[in-house]
Amino acid sequence: MPTFVYMTRCDGCGHCVDICPSDIMHIDPTYRRAYNIEPDMCWECFSCVKACPQNAIDARGYADFAPLGHSVRVRREEEKGTIAWRIKFRNGTEKNFLSPITTKPWGEFIPKLSEAPAPNQEQRDSEYLYSEPKYIRMDDDGLHTLEKAGLSMKQGVYY
Amino acid sequence: MAHQTIIEDNIDVLVVGAGLGGSGAAWEARFWGQDKKIVIAEKANIDRSGAVAQGLYAINCYMGTRWGENNPEDHVRYARIDLMGMVREDLLFDMARHVDSSVHQFEDWGLPIMKNPNNGQYLREGRWQIMIHGESYKPIVAEAAKKSADKVDNRICVTHLLMDDSKEDRIGGACGFNVRTGNYHVYKSKTVIVAAGGASMIFKPRSVGEGAGRVWYAPWSSGSAYGLMINAGAKMTQMENRIVLARFKDGYGPVGAYFLHLKTYTQNGVGEEYESKWFPSLQKLVGKEYLDPELSHRTHRPIPTCLRNHAMISEVNAGRGPIHMVTMKAFQDPHLEEVGWENFLGMTIGQAVLWAATDVDPKNENPELTTSEPYVMGSHATGAGGWASGPEDVSPPEYFWGYNRMMTIEGLFGAGDAVGGTPHAFSSGSFTEGRLAAKAACKYIDDGKAEGISVSDKQISDRKEEVFKPMERYKIYRNEIVAGTVSPSYIHPKQGLDRLQKLMDEYCGGVTVGYMTNEKLLNIGLKKLKVMEEDLECLAATDLHELLRAWELKHRHRTAECVTQHTLFRKETRWPGYYYRGDAMKLDDENWHVLTVSRRDPKTGEYTMEKAPCYHLVDDEEEPGAKQTGAAAS
Repeated sequence: MPTFVYMTRCDGCGHCVDICPSDIMHIDPTYRRAYNIEPDMCWECFSCVKACPQNAIDARGYADFAPLGHSVRVRREEEKGTIAWRIKFRNGTEKNFLSPITTKPWGEFIPKLSEAPAPNQEQRDSEYLYSEPKYIRMDDDGLHTLEKAGLSMKQGVYY
Repeated sequence: MAHQTIIEDNIDVLVVGAGLGGSGAAWEARFWGQDKKIVIAEKANIDRSGAVAQGLYAINCYMGTRWGENNPEDHVRYARIDLMGMVREDLLFDMARHVDSSVHQFEDWGLPIMKNPNNGQYLREGRWQIMIHGESYKPIVAEAAKKSADKVDNRICVTHLLMDDSKEDRIGGACGFNVRTGNYHVYKSKTVIVAAGGASMIFKPRSVGEGAGRVWYAPWSSGSAYGLMINAGAKMTQMENRIVLARFKDGYGPVGAYFLHLKTYTQNGVGEEYESKWFPSLQKLVGKEYLDPELSHRTHRPIPTCLRNHAMISEVNAGRGPIHMVTMKAFQDPHLEEVGWENFLGMTIGQAVLWAATDVDPKNENPELTTSEPYVMGSHATGAGGWASGPEDVSPPEYFWGYNRMMTIEGLFGAGDAVGGTPHAFSSGSFTEGRLAAKAACKYIDDGKAEGISVSDKQISDRKEEVFKPMERYKIYRNEIVAGTVSPSYIHPKQGLDRLQKLMDEYCGGVTVGYMTNEKLLNIGLKKLKVMEEDLECLAATDLHELLRAWELKHRHRTAECVTQHTLFRKETRWPGYYYRGDAMKLDDENWHVLTVSRRDPKTGEYTMEKAPCYHLVDDEEEPGAKQTGAAAS
């Protein structure tokens, strides 16, 4: 379902242009509003729909297999940490869904690794990554090795 | 247009493509290289780029060793049998032993992971899958990458890797153009981690017209991971191993949660179970080692995904289609119905739109399934990609050359789709591979391996000319014709893409020929690809957006050529249901229990093919097959 933009709602802010992973939301030079320049390269990922402050973008099922008369609307609210969906069928049936999108205030619980205690030589020479071994099992049991598991690598057909 | 040259110098770690793999690389690089210069070049916008742009409803690779659920070697055995033996078990083991630490960090960062109310553990969808509310999976992970990187350059289409002019087969950086400004960007870097995408749209899709973008893998996954590395002369592996997906028809909505969590099942057009009746004849083709329904039943060893595809394809060809997913029973439970819908809204919204448009409510009718066109990638149930070194403590000598996840070009690393032989990494495994590559890249620099790199001005200016050539071509020949798109002197990227898809479909085993090919067809395909390469020199781009499409096409074309070479080389049918070699319909372990490795000589364009040994993790005390357990992939 490629996206399209309602003329009366779009104010040409360009949020959709900034976010579209496929580079297909562009500003029309005559109308100074956004539109989908290449519907057959649209994945209907809804990134632009979610990003639009005016709720001006919607999607209409692909013409080659989807009949008219349906809608899928979405409202993503970062502060609340939720996303709400409303699906309307061609026959009028309606379904509503609400899901969390995050459990924490945005970005606050991601550490700055430039400020983490610097790794020592032993860590550098080990197979550990940042936060390991602790984060593997949330204890200090360490990393799996072939030796620990009693395994070896062998050529041939073994199943 | 001026195309100003902008040179970013003295980079230590350059990450090309910031999906899950690239984000993991940038994040981790900062820990091991706190004083290093880390730069990301991303084709779109890091907040919504890569295959996870629209979100995910499950993390498909999580061991759960903290709760004693699985060990890394269990996952290796699972991926091995699913891929009919053809995997890099050192890389898989390494990814699997680290992947949980990535997932636990995602939870710390705010990713909502569903919990099992009975024991407080992560809610399992299947043996390897956990369920998440992942609409913002990518934006959350992108925050982490942004915190670590010195600089994130969005809207940079990387077209080439740059090579060191003072030492052969050593990396020197990358270059490309800004899709918005038209500036030429040069990144001089000691290491490059390629974390760009696999390839959608190199085979003709089932959809037509406006729906051509409704592909299973993202339309922006343009095979750049492969195009960049092949053109630089890096060795590739398992490129023949394309994947065909059994999915809800037209929308390509995922089936994993339906099979594993909702316990829905498939039946043919007349309401019968159909899979098992195809197994005896299939067993004659692949052997009992790979298809043993009795053992699978007893030990929960999965039936390989490709073989289940084969049953579906055969049943439809026998005239008993369509295949239905039986949802009517499960969807009577309101909780399961909610899971079924949210699963789509979280990762394949288009399927929800399609059902709304066609009044399909899976509560009242069983939706159709179909098999997709083939895709080439390395992180789902398939393992195409670069030939990378493994970790020192696991890899046998043939798989190890100094630095984990380093390609056969010094200083060139990979993650996600870029690394070959590592299927079933999915989002969490790709992120983890990025982390592994980043640590190794920092070590490579600290060991003094990146001293004295020189990228000549000539290399930089030659590439610049190449990058903008399609715009020049258009300017020169545009006025030869009155108007329109038909020119005797150029083709547009869309026209080229259509040609590529048609020839790959017809000669390399696409959907319209029932995934069938043979030596004759493949040779014709290669010839046509070669001629097409000449026409790619005549590509025309009217603007920067079309220039982006031109480079995506070039990367897709190179990927397709490599896929065809590999398919020709492997004279057997290893994965019935993914593709068939009509002239060698049987699986042939005597000659082909090997990994295929190719190298394209950047100077001549010639391919050299070789067989690399296939090593397995062996535990002599086990009954063969007894530990090969696990549920089918989604």
